[in-house]
Amino acid sequence: MSLDTAKPMNWFDRLAHPGQFLIWSRRLIWPLAIITVLLFALGLWYAFFNSPEDYQMGDTVRIMYIHVPNAWLSQFCYVLMAMSAIGTLVWRHPMADVSMKAAAPLGAAFTAMALYTGALWGRPTWGTYWEWDGRMTSTLILLLMYLGLIALWRAFDDQLRAAKLIAVLTLVGAINIPVIKFSVDWWNTLHQPASVFRAGGPSMPPSIYIPLFVMTFAFTFLFLTLHLVSMRSEVLRRRVRTLERKQASGAAK
Amino acid sequence: MSAFTALLVRELKLATRASGDVLTLILFFVMVGTITPFAIGPDKVLLARLAPGIIWIAAFLASLLAMDRLFRADHEDGSLLAMRHAALSMEAITLAKLIAHWLTTAVPLIIATPLMAVMLNMDMTIFWRTIVSLALGTPALTAFGAVGAAVTVSLRRGGLIAPVLIMPLSIPILIFGVSAINANAGPGAEMAAMLFLGGISLVATAFVPFAAALALKLTQE
Repeated sequence: MSLDTAKPMNWFDRLAHPGQFLIWSRRLIWPLAIITVLLFALGLWYAFFNSPEDYQMGDTVRIMYIHVPNAWLSQFCYVLMAMSAIGTLVWRHPMADVSMKAAAPLGAAFTAMALYTGALWGRPTWGTYWEWDGRMTSTLILLLMYLGLIALWRAFDDQLRAAKLIAVLTLVGAINIPVIKFSVDWWNTLHQPASVFRAGGPSMPPSIYIPLFVMTFAFTFLFLTLHLVSMRSEVLRRRVRTLERKQASGAAK
Repeated sequence: MSAFTALLVRELKLATRASGDVLTLILFFVMVGTITPFAIGPDKVLLARLAPGIIWIAAFLASLLAMDRLFRADHEDGSLLAMRHAALSMEAITLAKLIAHWLTTAVPLIIATPLMAVMLNMDMTIFWRTIVSLALGTPALTAFGAVGAAVTVSLRRGGLIAPVLIMPLSIPILIFGVSAINANAGPGAEMAAMLFLGGISLVATAFVPFAAALALKLTQE
């Protein structure tokens, strides 16, 4: 028996090792997908059939059950990206790179959905698709930041170097997000009367906030499932690339 | 002469002697002001009302245009790599380059603002406020631009992608810059916006050298 001098792996190293990740994540995808489907079935049933109409907005209040979870995910996704960016810069972990890269298009999609459903909701209730209001403007800026980061990922050939540089920019952007939010609120005094994110609080009856909670969980699980799947395909894509390179350099000799 | 001043002097000499970049930048800035009346019509009252916004957009575009040359030339000819062995830390080098860049790109624009004021029919109080808000806000513009320039320095197409990254980050500067000029924002509102603008500039100048230097170091790994 030989002496093993390598440091024993702790539970985190084991989980985050790319090969191990592929093994344990494969088992997680189906349960996550099933939970997502069940939550969506329950949430949509609540949203369409078992929640009251608003006394002013009528049926259009049901847009909220799609709009609010998307808006929540648009911000959650950036927080996840910023945390992965810390992982990239501090521990230089390849899985943090992969998580950051996989989250960017998802964040952009959820932000775009939040803006789109917001516009559809705004038309019948406020009489306009778009208003340069604080919350909308800051969400639009968030979308632009996601798109800029995606463009930057695509501009680099070397994905390892790209990850570190993009992590720097993601963190700078994270510092800037409160500034953006605050400044646009300050800039425009016109503001939507009821803040949507207080909806979970006691300002609403349970008949509305229960479906909202269920839908928020459904969308969050959707995000987790999609994130895991796209992280897996990114790991596999990198492997394929390495194999292609090996074969190409073998052919050259 | 300390290493910091030596670097500052080098940057200033390079910017003023080696090329006509400073003049070209002023020309670009003034041209944006010249083009706008053609686009929105020569209505003097309307122009006067839009003038602060037009000047800020022109300064914004000019600073985006100039940003690319902040690190690129030094990265391509290897000076940046040589500077890593200098007595100065990379952060101090970035700060020196930032200061020199601000002096050679933002200050000329502020000096050229009177030309814009005449063309856009600005009145005197608005004009002075514009000067002050530009002086307070442009350091932050330069600083955010430096992050974009540092992150994209190794990309050959970096000139196109850096502005796309930096524009959303710079929106608060634009918002406070214009509301510092706007007279009918409410009592005391311009002063508050001015203070915010100065605050953003100070924070950005304090933190950006670390972020940009980190990006430059990671590029050279």
